[in-house]
Amino acid sequence: MKNIKKSILLVVSLLLVTALIAACSSTSTPGAPTTEPTAETSTISVSGSTTVQPLAEKLAEAFMTENAGVRIDVQGGGSSVGVKAAAEGTSDIGMASREIKDSELTESPNLKVIVIARDGIAIVTHPDTPVSDLTIEQVRDIFSGKITNWKDVGGEDQSIILVSREEGSGTRAAFEEMVMGEDVLIAASSILQPSNGSIRTTVATTPNSIGYLSFGYLDNTVKSISINGVAPTEPNAVNGTYPIVRPLNMLTNGEPTGTVKAFLDFILSEAGQKIVVDDGYISVK
Amino acid sequence: MSGRMIADKVVKYILFASAIISIIIVLAIGFFIFRESIDAWTEIGVSEMLFKTVWRPGIDQYGILAMIAGSLSVTFGAILLGVPLALGCAIFLAEIAPEGVQAVVRPAVQLLAGIPSVVYGLFGMVILVPLIRNIDVPGNSGYGLLAASIVLAVMILPTIASIAEDAIRAVPENYRHGSLALGATKWQTITRVILPAGKSGIIAGVILGVGRALGETMAMIMVIGNSAIMPRPLSSNPLTFFLSQARTLTGNIAVEINYATGIHESALFATGVVLFGLIIVVNASARWIIRSQKYVEKAN
Repeated sequence: MKNIKKSILLVVSLLLVTALIAACSSTSTPGAPTTEPTAETSTISVSGSTTVQPLAEKLAEAFMTENAGVRIDVQGGGSSVGVKAAAEGTSDIGMASREIKDSELTESPNLKVIVIARDGIAIVTHPDTPVSDLTIEQVRDIFSGKITNWKDVGGEDQSIILVSREEGSGTRAAFEEMVMGEDVLIAASSILQPSNGSIRTTVATTPNSIGYLSFGYLDNTVKSISINGVAPTEPNAVNGTYPIVRPLNMLTNGEPTGTVKAFLDFILSEAGQKIVVDDGYISVK
Repeated sequence: MSGRMIADKVVKYILFASAIISIIIVLAIGFFIFRESIDAWTEIGVSEMLFKTVWRPGIDQYGILAMIAGSLSVTFGAILLGVPLALGCAIFLAEIAPEGVQAVVRPAVQLLAGIPSVVYGLFGMVILVPLIRNIDVPGNSGYGLLAASIVLAVMILPTIASIAEDAIRAVPENYRHGSLALGATKWQTITRVILPAGKSGIIAGVILGVGRALGETMAMIMVIGNSAIMPRPLSSNPLTFFLSQARTLTGNIAVEINYATGIHESALFATGVVLFGLIIVVNASARWIIRSQKYVEKAN
């Protein structure tokens, strides 16, 4: 008997909840006052590279403060997602932290690539590593697994521990393109970490390790290595002596128009490029 | 029919619907993962995927055998370390510990199950990896199967311990009395009578632990190194196998899915299908063992 009473109680409460939900939803049907601002609003969606994402968010914030009627949604996903999103039109703007592949351009010839900033990639090691200068060829041989001991590049007799990003990462793609070249692959035995931050932590805590990082992530927990005698610093990247510098791209499907164009113009303006530089990247102007 | 009866019927159908919905969710997930993976199976080929060890999406190599080996090796390591610990724990709780001690130890062991996986990973990364790095073998980074196995052993401990404890408690009291009356010591009773009698329940616990181990993701990514290679000994000593880096099936999906498009994405879903299949087999065999034990009990 008790159980049946409980059941009835349950049913009644369920019905009440349903009625409540129905009541709530009916109040928000057309006719209810909306909070739409009088000015025309437009929304821009931006998605892609997680390297460009934090920068794009700051740029979007600055642009939205100046243009009250505009909303910009910035999402991550990775460079490949950025290219795809722009090509398929799922986003107004795609972001990519690497060169756009020929295959991607043949697949979607309408893609318009706008370089909004440049970013250096630094080779970093554990702070106790005595080596402080390598050539591009040495870096390539180390990451391909041809050189496996620090003594071969002037260090101690210790095995080199490779730390790399995962397949598909823009930082990895840029590193492969600028350091490894077409046919040389990063050794499969390298430790893979899924972000710049975790690469830094791993290299900082693993003796004899070597990895690569976006300039924006450099700090004193890791030792940055000079390439051909040139230190990975912003001035060296700007004057062209530091060799591992990649473009940070924004992509649109066809010529940008309207608000999208206004946003891209803002990024390339003096104010926009100041944000780029303040964030640790290299201006394209 | 009275109102009460109608209410009863209605509730019955609501509960039935809830049960059906859970089944539909499982089927929908399975269907979705499989549908997304079809491109990979057809374009890359089933044997190419399952039996090739090279995983390099950049040059269209999609062999997941290295990840299958990685998942199985780390699970094996975790079982090797975790089962004796869990079994010891279960025997202690069920047979030896006085009530007061049980009241402290049991919740403590259960608490292990509630710790988020990322915390285990952090512990492994900050404590275990630097410790393991002290083992002087060339190429030993600390990240690898050993660190992952230790972390995983602790993670599966509560699962195995609680099921094994139930199995030991389910052994009829007169078995114990009989053994002790024949002059056996307590230890002899445990190893010769109780453990054999509770065997299938214990095995089922271990298998459920295996299922838990295969599915673990976050903690593994943080300590295993994620290199897509077949685990291999670092030196001539075969034990250095456990210092090798590896990648698990779960880690393969989690590390790469953010950036994957096209066939690469589909291949990651195919990894998910393999994992799904492995876990179904593992869980089904645990159920089968538990059920066959129940029949034995009934027969007794």
